Amino acid sequence: MKERLDEQTIALRAAREFSDGAVVNLGYGMPGLCANLIPGDRTVFFQSENGMLGYGSLAADEEKDYELINASDQPVTPLPGMCFFDSAAAFDMIRGGHIDIVVLGAYQVSEKGDLANWGRPGRPATGMGGGMDLAVGAKKIIVTMLHTTRDGEPRIVRECTYPLTARRCVSLIITDLAVMEVTPDGLILKEIAPGWTAAEVQALTTADIKPAADLKEIEL
Amino acid sequence: MSVTKIFSDCDEAVTDVFDGATVMVGGFGSYGGLPINLIVALSGQGAKDLTIIANMGGVGYELSHRIKPEGYQDSGILFENGQVRKFIGSVPALGGMPPTSPLEKSFNEGKIEIEMVPQGTLAERIRCGAGGLGGFYTPVGAGTTIGEGKEKKVINGREYILELPLTADFALIKAHKADSLGNLVYRKTARCFNPVMAMAAKITIVEVDELVPTGQFDPEVVVTPHLYVDRIVEVPR
Repeated sequence: MKERLDEQTIALRAAREFSDGAVVNLGYGMPGLCANLIPGDRTVFFQSENGMLGYGSLAADEEKDYELINASDQPVTPLPGMCFFDSAAAFDMIRGGHIDIVVLGAYQVSEKGDLANWGRPGRPATGMGGGMDLAVGAKKIIVTMLHTTRDGEPRIVRECTYPLTARRCVSLIITDLAVMEVTPDGLILKEIAPGWTAAEVQALTTADIKPAADLKEIEL
Repeated sequence: MSVTKIFSDCDEAVTDVFDGATVMVGGFGSYGGLPINLIVALSGQGAKDLTIIANMGGVGYELSHRIKPEGYQDSGILFENGQVRKFIGSVPALGGMPPTSPLEKSFNEGKIEIEMVPQGTLAERIRCGAGGLGGFYTPVGAGTTIGEGKEKKVINGREYILELPLTADFALIKAHKADSLGNLVYRKTARCFNPVMAMAAKITIVEVDELVPTGQFDPEVVVTPHLYVDRIVEVPR
Protein backbone atom coordinates (compact mmCIF):
# COMPACT_ATOMS: atom_id res chain seq x y z
CA MET A 1 0.00 0.00 0.00
CA LYS A 2 1.27 3.41 -0.93
CA GLU A 3 1.07 6.09 1.70
CA ARG A 4 -1.84 8.51 1.93
CA LEU A 5 -1.57 11.98 3.47
CA ASP A 6 -2.65 12.29 7.11
CA GLU A 7 -5.27 14.79 8.30
CA GLN A 8 -2.64 17.24 9.53
CA THR A 9 -1.04 17.32 6.07
CA ILE A 10 -4.38 17.74 4.29
CA ALA A 11 -5.17 20.69 6.59
CA LEU A 12 -1.70 22.15 5.98
CA ARG A 13 -2.31 22.01 2.21
CA ALA A 14 -5.72 23.70 2.68
CA ALA A 15 -4.17 26.46 4.81
CA ARG A 16 -1.81 27.31 1.92
CA GLU A 17 -4.91 28.58 0.06
CA PHE A 18 -5.45 31.36 2.62
CA SER A 19 -4.35 34.67 1.14
CA ASP A 20 -2.96 37.44 3.33
CA GLY A 21 -5.82 39.31 5.02
CA ALA A 22 -8.47 36.71 4.15
CA VAL A 23 -11.53 36.11 6.36
CA VAL A 24 -11.80 32.34 6.78
CA ASN A 25 -14.36 30.06 8.44
CA LEU A 26 -13.35 26.54 9.43
CA GLY A 27 -15.94 23.76 9.52
CA TYR A 28 -16.39 20.91 11.99
CA GLY A 29 -13.60 18.32 12.33
CA MET A 30 -10.47 18.23 10.15
CA PRO A 31 -10.80 21.84 8.87
CA GLY A 32 -10.34 23.08 12.45
CA LEU A 33 -6.70 21.96 12.30
CA CYS A 34 -6.02 24.78 9.81
CA ALA A 35 -6.12 27.32 12.67
CA ASN A 36 -2.68 26.11 13.78
CA LEU A 37 -1.19 25.91 10.28
CA ILE A 38 -1.35 29.38 8.71
CA PRO A 39 1.70 30.15 6.56
CA GLY A 40 4.03 32.34 8.64
CA ASP A 41 4.08 35.29 6.24
CA ARG A 42 0.30 35.82 6.30
CA THR A 43 -2.39 37.26 8.55
CA VAL A 44 -5.72 35.41 8.42
CA PHE A 45 -8.90 36.41 10.28
CA PHE A 46 -10.85 33.37 11.41
CA GLN A 47 -14.60 33.88 11.69
CA SER A 48 -16.64 31.41 13.71
CA GLU A 49 -20.42 31.14 13.37
CA ASN A 50 -20.92 31.10 17.13
CA GLY A 51 -20.02 34.78 17.03
CA MET A 52 -16.32 35.55 16.85
CA LEU A 53 -13.88 37.16 14.41
CA GLY A 54 -10.10 37.08 14.69
CA TYR A 55 -9.27 34.21 17.05
CA GLY A 56 -5.87 32.50 17.24
CA SER A 57 -4.70 28.90 17.46
CA LEU A 58 -6.38 26.07 19.37
CA ALA A 59 -5.83 26.47 23.12
CA ALA A 60 -3.47 24.22 25.08
CA ASP A 61 -4.93 22.43 28.12
CA GLU A 62 -3.72 24.92 30.72
CA GLU A 63 -5.24 27.93 28.92
CA LYS A 64 -8.66 26.53 27.99
CA ASP A 65 -11.61 28.90 28.45
CA TYR A 66 -14.92 27.17 27.63
CA GLU A 67 -16.50 30.53 26.91
CA LEU A 68 -13.98 31.09 24.11
CA ILE A 69 -14.67 28.24 21.70
CA ASN A 70 -14.83 27.72 17.97
CA ALA A 71 -17.88 26.20 16.27
CA SER A 72 -16.44 22.70 16.79
CA ASP A 73 -16.64 23.24 20.60
CA GLN A 74 -12.83 23.55 20.87
CA PRO A 75 -11.34 26.27 23.11
CA VAL A 76 -9.20 28.72 21.12
CA THR A 77 -6.85 31.54 22.08
CA PRO A 78 -7.59 35.28 21.90
CA LEU A 79 -5.74 37.69 19.59
CA PRO A 80 -5.55 41.49 19.65
CA GLY A 81 -8.36 42.97 17.55
CA MET A 82 -10.75 40.07 17.98
CA CYS A 83 -14.44 40.77 18.44
CA PHE A 84 -17.67 39.00 19.42
CA PHE A 85 -21.25 39.19 18.11
CA ASP A 86 -24.44 37.14 18.27
CA SER A 87 -25.51 34.25 16.04
CA ALA A 88 -27.81 36.36 13.83
CA ALA A 89 -24.97 38.79 13.07
CA ALA A 90 -22.58 35.88 12.46
CA PHE A 91 -24.88 34.53 9.74
CA ASP A 92 -25.44 37.95 8.17
CA MET A 93 -21.68 37.88 7.55
CA ILE A 94 -21.90 34.35 6.16
CA ARG A 95 -24.97 34.65 3.90
CA GLY A 96 -24.06 38.17 2.87
CA GLY A 97 -20.84 37.12 1.15
CA HIS A 98 -18.46 38.64 3.70
CA ILE A 99 -16.48 35.41 4.24
CA ASP A 100 -13.66 34.88 1.70
CA ILE A 101 -13.00 31.18 2.26
CA VAL A 102 -14.71 28.36 4.11
CA VAL A 103 -13.10 24.95 4.63
CA LEU A 104 -15.66 22.19 5.13
CA GLY A 105 -15.59 18.44 5.61
CA ALA A 106 -17.75 16.25 3.33
CA TYR A 107 -19.26 12.81 2.97
CA GLN A 108 -19.54 13.25 -0.81
CA VAL A 109 -18.75 15.85 -3.46
CA SER A 110 -20.07 15.59 -7.02
CA GLU A 111 -18.18 16.43 -10.20
CA LYS A 112 -20.33 19.56 -10.51
CA GLY A 113 -19.37 20.72 -7.01
CA ASP A 114 -22.53 19.60 -5.20
CA LEU A 115 -21.78 19.08 -1.50
CA ALA A 116 -23.21 16.46 0.90
CA ASN A 117 -21.76 16.92 4.38
CA TRP A 118 -24.42 16.55 7.05
CA GLY A 119 -26.58 13.45 6.84
CA ARG A 120 -25.57 9.86 6.43
CA PRO A 121 -27.37 6.52 6.50
CA GLY A 122 -28.32 5.36 9.98
CA ARG A 123 -27.96 8.80 11.62
CA PRO A 124 -31.16 10.71 10.72
CA ALA A 125 -30.87 12.97 13.78
CA THR A 126 -27.55 14.61 12.94
CA GLY A 127 -28.01 18.12 11.64
CA MET A 128 -26.37 20.49 9.19
CA GLY A 129 -25.45 23.13 11.75
CA GLY A 130 -24.19 26.16 9.84
CA GLY A 131 -22.94 24.11 6.88
CA MET A 132 -25.75 25.03 4.48
CA ASP A 133 -25.42 28.74 5.21
CA LEU A 134 -21.63 28.58 4.76
CA ALA A 135 -21.83 26.57 1.52
CA VAL A 136 -24.30 29.05 0.03
CA GLY A 137 -22.74 32.28 1.30
CA ALA A 138 -18.95 32.06 1.33
CA LYS A 139 -17.01 33.33 -1.69
CA LYS A 140 -14.89 30.19 -2.01
CA ILE A 141 -15.59 26.70 -0.66
CA ILE A 142 -12.72 24.30 -0.08
CA VAL A 143 -13.51 20.72 0.93
CA THR A 144 -11.03 18.65 2.94
CA MET A 145 -11.91 14.96 3.10
CA LEU A 146 -10.60 11.42 2.82
CA HIS A 147 -10.74 10.26 -0.79
CA THR A 148 -12.70 7.09 0.01
CA THR A 149 -14.88 5.79 2.84
CA ARG A 150 -13.57 3.37 5.46
CA ASP A 151 -14.86 0.56 3.19
CA GLY A 152 -13.02 1.96 0.17
CA GLU A 153 -16.07 3.50 -1.56
CA PRO A 154 -15.32 6.64 -3.59
CA ARG A 155 -16.55 9.89 -2.03
CA ILE A 156 -16.03 11.93 -5.20
CA VAL A 157 -18.97 10.95 -7.35
CA ARG A 158 -21.07 11.84 -10.41
CA GLU A 159 -24.17 12.63 -8.33
CA CYS A 160 -24.36 12.77 -4.53
CA THR A 161 -26.55 10.07 -2.98
CA TYR A 162 -26.35 11.50 0.55
CA PRO A 163 -28.56 14.48 1.56
CA LEU A 164 -27.33 17.66 -0.14
CA THR A 165 -25.93 20.64 1.73
CA ALA A 166 -25.93 22.91 -1.34
CA ARG A 167 -25.61 22.56 -5.11
CA ARG A 168 -22.65 23.66 -7.23
CA CYS A 169 -20.78 25.34 -4.42
CA VAL A 170 -17.40 23.56 -4.03
CA SER A 171 -14.44 24.96 -5.96
CA LEU A 172 -11.47 23.01 -4.56
CA ILE A 173 -11.26 19.46 -3.13
CA ILE A 174 -8.24 18.42 -1.05
CA THR A 175 -8.02 14.74 -0.08
CA ASP A 176 -5.41 12.32 1.24
CA LEU A 177 -4.59 11.53 -2.42
CA ALA A 178 -5.13 14.62 -4.52
CA VAL A 179 -5.98 18.28 -5.01
CA MET A 180 -8.78 18.77 -7.53
CA GLU A 181 -10.38 21.89 -8.95
CA VAL A 182 -14.08 21.92 -9.86
CA THR A 183 -14.43 23.66 -13.24
CA PRO A 184 -17.17 23.99 -15.87
CA ASP A 185 -15.23 21.29 -17.77
CA GLY A 186 -15.36 18.90 -14.81
CA LEU A 187 -12.79 17.92 -12.19
CA ILE A 188 -9.19 18.85 -12.93
CA LEU A 189 -6.48 16.91 -11.06
CA LYS A 190 -3.96 19.60 -10.10
CA GLU A 191 -1.77 17.87 -7.53
CA ILE A 192 -1.25 14.29 -6.47
CA ALA A 193 0.14 12.53 -3.36
CA PRO A 194 3.77 11.35 -3.64
CA GLY A 195 4.07 8.00 -5.43
CA TRP A 196 0.52 7.91 -6.82
CA THR A 197 -0.43 8.05 -10.51
CA ALA A 198 -3.43 9.80 -12.05
CA ALA A 199 -4.82 6.41 -13.15
CA GLU A 200 -4.65 5.08 -9.58
CA VAL A 201 -6.50 8.13 -8.24
CA GLN A 202 -9.10 7.81 -11.03
CA ALA A 203 -9.67 4.17 -10.03
CA LEU A 204 -10.75 5.39 -6.56
CA THR A 205 -12.98 8.17 -7.96
CA THR A 206 -16.43 7.63 -9.54
CA ALA A 207 -16.46 11.01 -11.29
CA ASP A 208 -14.15 11.56 -14.27
CA ILE A 209 -11.00 13.48 -13.42
CA LYS A 210 -8.77 15.13 -15.99
CA PRO A 211 -5.08 15.47 -15.17
CA ALA A 212 -3.93 19.09 -15.53
CA ALA A 213 -1.23 19.82 -18.09
CA ASP A 214 0.97 20.93 -15.19
CA LEU A 215 -0.01 18.09 -12.79
CA LYS A 216 2.51 17.93 -9.94
CA GLU A 217 3.17 16.29 -6.60
CA ILE A 218 1.41 17.96 -3.64
CA GLU A 219 3.78 20.64 -2.40
CA LEU A 220 3.74 21.75 1.21
CA MET B 1 -40.05 50.84 40.70
CA SER B 2 -41.76 48.40 43.04
CA VAL B 3 -41.79 45.36 40.75
CA THR B 4 -38.56 43.42 40.83
CA LYS B 5 -37.25 41.06 38.15
CA ILE B 6 -34.80 39.45 40.54
CA PHE B 7 -35.55 35.87 41.60
CA SER B 8 -33.75 34.13 44.43
CA ASP B 9 -33.13 30.84 42.60
CA CYS B 10 -33.67 29.05 39.29
CA ASP B 11 -36.44 26.77 40.64
CA GLU B 12 -38.53 29.81 41.57
CA ALA B 13 -37.89 31.38 38.14
CA VAL B 14 -39.33 28.44 36.14
CA THR B 15 -42.34 27.39 38.29
CA ASP B 16 -44.95 28.53 35.75
CA VAL B 17 -43.55 26.74 32.66
CA PHE B 18 -46.67 24.82 31.62
CA ASP B 19 -47.23 21.49 29.85
CA GLY B 20 -47.12 22.04 26.08
CA ALA B 21 -45.08 25.26 26.31
CA THR B 22 -42.56 26.29 23.68
CA VAL B 23 -39.20 27.01 25.29
CA MET B 24 -36.11 28.52 23.67
CA VAL B 25 -32.83 27.41 25.23
CA GLY B 26 -29.90 29.76 24.62
CA GLY B 27 -26.24 29.02 24.03
CA PHE B 28 -24.56 27.46 21.03
CA GLY B 29 -24.54 23.84 22.04
CA SER B 30 -21.77 22.98 24.41
CA TYR B 31 -20.96 24.47 27.83
CA GLY B 32 -20.28 28.13 26.99
CA GLY B 33 -23.48 30.17 26.93
CA LEU B 34 -25.82 27.40 28.06
CA PRO B 35 -28.27 28.32 30.86
CA ILE B 36 -27.33 25.14 32.66
CA ASN B 37 -28.88 25.95 36.03
CA LEU B 38 -32.21 26.98 34.47
CA ILE B 39 -32.24 23.75 32.40
CA VAL B 40 -31.67 21.66 35.52
CA ALA B 41 -34.45 23.61 37.30
CA LEU B 42 -36.83 22.91 34.40
CA SER B 43 -35.97 19.21 34.56
CA GLY B 44 -36.88 19.22 38.25
CA GLN B 45 -40.05 21.26 37.66
CA GLY B 46 -41.28 18.51 35.35
CA ALA B 47 -43.33 20.33 32.65
CA LYS B 48 -44.16 17.92 29.80
CA ASP B 49 -44.94 17.95 26.05
CA LEU B 50 -42.50 20.81 25.60
CA THR B 51 -41.30 22.13 22.25
CA ILE B 52 -37.62 23.00 22.63
CA ILE B 53 -36.02 25.49 20.25
CA ALA B 54 -32.22 25.39 20.54
CA ASN B 55 -29.23 25.30 18.23
CA MET B 56 -28.08 21.91 19.54
CA GLY B 57 -29.97 19.10 21.22
CA GLY B 58 -27.26 18.67 23.82
CA VAL B 59 -25.12 15.59 24.22
CA GLY B 60 -26.23 14.63 27.75
CA TYR B 61 -24.05 14.36 30.85
CA GLU B 62 -22.35 11.10 29.82
CA LEU B 63 -20.96 12.40 26.49
CA SER B 64 -20.31 15.92 27.83
CA HIS B 65 -16.95 14.76 29.23
CA ARG B 66 -15.70 14.55 25.63
CA ILE B 67 -16.23 18.29 25.28
CA LYS B 68 -15.27 19.44 28.81
CA PRO B 69 -13.36 16.90 30.93
CA GLU B 70 -15.30 17.47 34.18
CA GLY B 71 -18.64 17.16 32.35
CA TYR B 72 -21.76 19.32 32.60
CA GLN B 73 -25.54 19.08 32.25
CA ASP B 74 -27.27 20.33 29.10
CA SER B 75 -30.74 20.07 27.57
CA GLY B 76 -30.11 16.34 27.15
CA ILE B 77 -31.60 15.93 30.62
CA LEU B 78 -35.00 17.18 29.34
CA PHE B 79 -35.06 14.48 26.63
CA GLU B 80 -33.88 11.85 29.11
CA ASN B 81 -36.84 12.77 31.34
CA GLY B 82 -39.30 12.46 28.44
CA GLN B 83 -40.38 16.10 28.87
CA VAL B 84 -40.06 17.05 25.20
CA ARG B 85 -42.49 16.41 22.30
CA LYS B 86 -40.65 18.33 19.57
CA PHE B 87 -37.17 19.74 18.95
CA ILE B 88 -36.46 22.59 16.52
CA GLY B 89 -32.78 23.24 15.80
CA SER B 90 -29.74 22.83 13.55
CA VAL B 91 -27.77 20.12 15.36
CA PRO B 92 -30.14 17.72 17.12
CA ALA B 93 -27.20 15.30 17.39
CA LEU B 94 -23.50 15.60 16.57
CA GLY B 95 -22.24 13.34 13.77
CA GLY B 96 -18.84 13.19 15.46
CA MET B 97 -20.33 11.63 18.63
CA PRO B 98 -21.74 8.13 19.14
CA PRO B 99 -25.50 7.90 18.55
CA THR B 100 -26.20 7.77 22.28
CA SER B 101 -27.19 11.35 23.12
CA PRO B 102 -30.56 11.51 24.90
CA LEU B 103 -32.20 13.33 21.97
CA GLU B 104 -30.89 10.94 19.31
CA LYS B 105 -32.01 7.94 21.39
CA SER B 106 -35.50 9.42 21.90
CA PHE B 107 -35.77 10.22 18.19
CA ASN B 108 -34.66 6.73 17.14
CA GLU B 109 -37.26 5.27 19.53
CA GLY B 110 -39.95 7.39 17.84
CA LYS B 111 -40.67 9.40 20.99
CA ILE B 112 -39.87 12.84 19.63
CA GLU B 113 -40.34 14.92 16.49
CA ILE B 114 -37.44 16.93 14.99
CA GLU B 115 -37.67 20.01 12.78
CA MET B 116 -34.24 20.45 11.20
CA VAL B 117 -33.33 24.10 10.53
CA PRO B 118 -30.03 25.40 9.10
CA GLN B 119 -28.26 27.38 11.81
CA GLY B 120 -28.36 30.79 10.15
CA THR B 121 -32.01 30.26 9.21
CA LEU B 122 -32.72 29.38 12.86
CA ALA B 123 -31.12 32.61 14.09
CA GLU B 124 -32.99 34.67 11.49
CA ARG B 125 -36.38 32.99 12.13
CA ILE B 126 -35.95 33.88 15.81
CA ARG B 127 -34.93 37.46 14.96
CA CYS B 128 -38.04 37.74 12.73
CA GLY B 129 -40.22 36.47 15.56
CA ALA B 130 -38.61 38.96 17.91
CA GLY B 131 -39.04 41.86 15.53
CA GLY B 132 -42.62 41.28 14.41
CA LEU B 133 -41.77 40.22 10.85
CA GLY B 134 -43.71 37.60 8.88
CA GLY B 135 -40.66 35.74 7.57
CA PHE B 136 -37.92 36.09 4.97
CA TYR B 137 -36.59 34.61 1.74
CA THR B 138 -33.22 32.87 1.96
CA PRO B 139 -31.12 31.00 -0.61
CA VAL B 140 -30.03 28.58 2.15
CA GLY B 141 -31.66 25.18 1.70
CA ALA B 142 -32.95 25.79 -1.86
CA GLY B 143 -32.53 22.62 -3.91
CA THR B 144 -32.20 20.45 -0.77
CA THR B 145 -34.64 18.61 1.53
CA ILE B 146 -34.89 21.80 3.62
CA GLY B 147 -36.60 23.58 0.72
CA GLU B 148 -39.22 20.86 0.14
CA GLY B 149 -42.78 22.08 0.59
CA LYS B 150 -41.74 25.71 1.09
CA GLU B 151 -42.74 28.66 -1.08
CA LYS B 152 -40.04 29.43 -3.65
CA LYS B 153 -39.22 32.72 -5.29
CA VAL B 154 -36.61 33.72 -7.87
CA ILE B 155 -35.09 37.08 -6.93
CA ASN B 156 -32.43 38.59 -9.23
CA GLY B 157 -32.04 35.22 -10.92
CA ARG B 158 -31.39 33.25 -7.73
CA GLU B 159 -33.76 30.79 -6.05
CA TYR B 160 -34.90 31.60 -2.52
CA ILE B 161 -37.23 29.81 -0.09
CA LEU B 162 -39.65 31.36 2.39
CA GLU B 163 -38.88 30.78 6.06
CA LEU B 164 -41.34 31.72 8.82
CA PRO B 165 -40.76 33.37 12.21
CA LEU B 166 -40.24 31.55 15.51
CA THR B 167 -41.39 32.76 18.92
CA ALA B 168 -41.70 31.07 22.30
CA ASP B 169 -43.60 31.16 25.58
CA PHE B 170 -40.34 31.15 27.54
CA ALA B 171 -36.67 31.71 26.75
CA LEU B 172 -34.00 30.40 29.11
CA ILE B 173 -30.79 32.29 28.48
CA LYS B 174 -27.33 32.85 29.95
CA ALA B 175 -25.56 36.21 30.25
CA HIS B 176 -22.43 37.28 32.07
CA LYS B 177 -23.86 40.23 33.99
CA ALA B 178 -27.24 41.86 34.47
CA ASP B 179 -28.10 45.10 36.19
CA SER B 180 -31.22 45.08 38.33
CA LEU B 181 -33.32 46.49 35.44
CA GLY B 182 -32.27 43.53 33.26
CA ASN B 183 -29.75 45.11 30.90
CA LEU B 184 -27.39 42.32 29.87
CA VAL B 185 -23.77 41.91 28.81
CA TYR B 186 -22.22 38.65 27.68
CA ARG B 187 -18.78 37.06 27.85
CA LYS B 188 -16.84 36.02 24.70
CA THR B 189 -18.50 33.28 22.60
CA ALA B 190 -21.06 32.63 25.35
CA ARG B 191 -23.13 35.32 23.57
CA CYS B 192 -24.14 33.21 20.49
CA PHE B 193 -27.92 32.54 20.42
CA ASN B 194 -28.69 34.24 23.76
CA PRO B 195 -29.39 37.82 22.56
CA VAL B 196 -31.81 36.83 19.75
CA MET B 197 -33.67 34.35 21.95
CA ALA B 198 -33.95 36.94 24.74
CA MET B 199 -35.94 39.09 22.31
CA ALA B 200 -38.33 36.42 20.98
CA ALA B 201 -40.15 34.99 24.01
CA LYS B 202 -43.15 36.18 26.02
CA ILE B 203 -41.17 35.55 29.21
CA THR B 204 -37.37 35.71 29.13
CA ILE B 205 -35.53 34.23 32.09
CA VAL B 206 -31.78 34.85 32.40
CA GLU B 207 -29.14 33.31 34.64
CA VAL B 208 -26.10 35.50 35.15
CA ASP B 209 -22.71 35.13 36.79
CA GLU B 210 -23.13 38.49 38.47
CA LEU B 211 -25.90 40.96 39.25
CA VAL B 212 -24.78 44.59 39.47
CA PRO B 213 -26.57 47.78 40.55
CA THR B 214 -28.41 49.71 37.84
CA GLY B 215 -26.21 52.47 36.51
CA GLN B 216 -23.00 50.48 36.63
CA PHE B 217 -22.95 49.57 32.91
CA ASP B 218 -21.65 51.99 30.33
CA PRO B 219 -24.82 52.40 28.17
CA GLU B 220 -22.60 51.91 25.09
CA VAL B 221 -21.80 48.30 26.01
CA VAL B 222 -25.25 46.93 26.86
CA VAL B 223 -26.06 44.12 24.38
CA THR B 224 -29.59 43.15 25.45
CA PRO B 225 -31.75 46.13 26.51
CA HIS B 226 -33.71 45.50 29.73
CA LEU B 227 -37.21 45.60 28.22
CA TYR B 228 -36.63 42.10 26.83
CA VAL B 229 -35.76 40.57 30.20
CA ASP B 230 -38.43 39.45 32.67
CA ARG B 231 -36.62 37.40 35.31
CA ILE B 232 -33.04 37.43 36.55
CA VAL B 233 -31.29 34.82 38.68
CA GLU B 234 -27.73 35.29 39.88
CA VAL B 235 -25.84 31.98 39.89
CA PRO B 236 -22.10 32.47 40.35
CA ARG B 237 -20.16 29.79 38.43
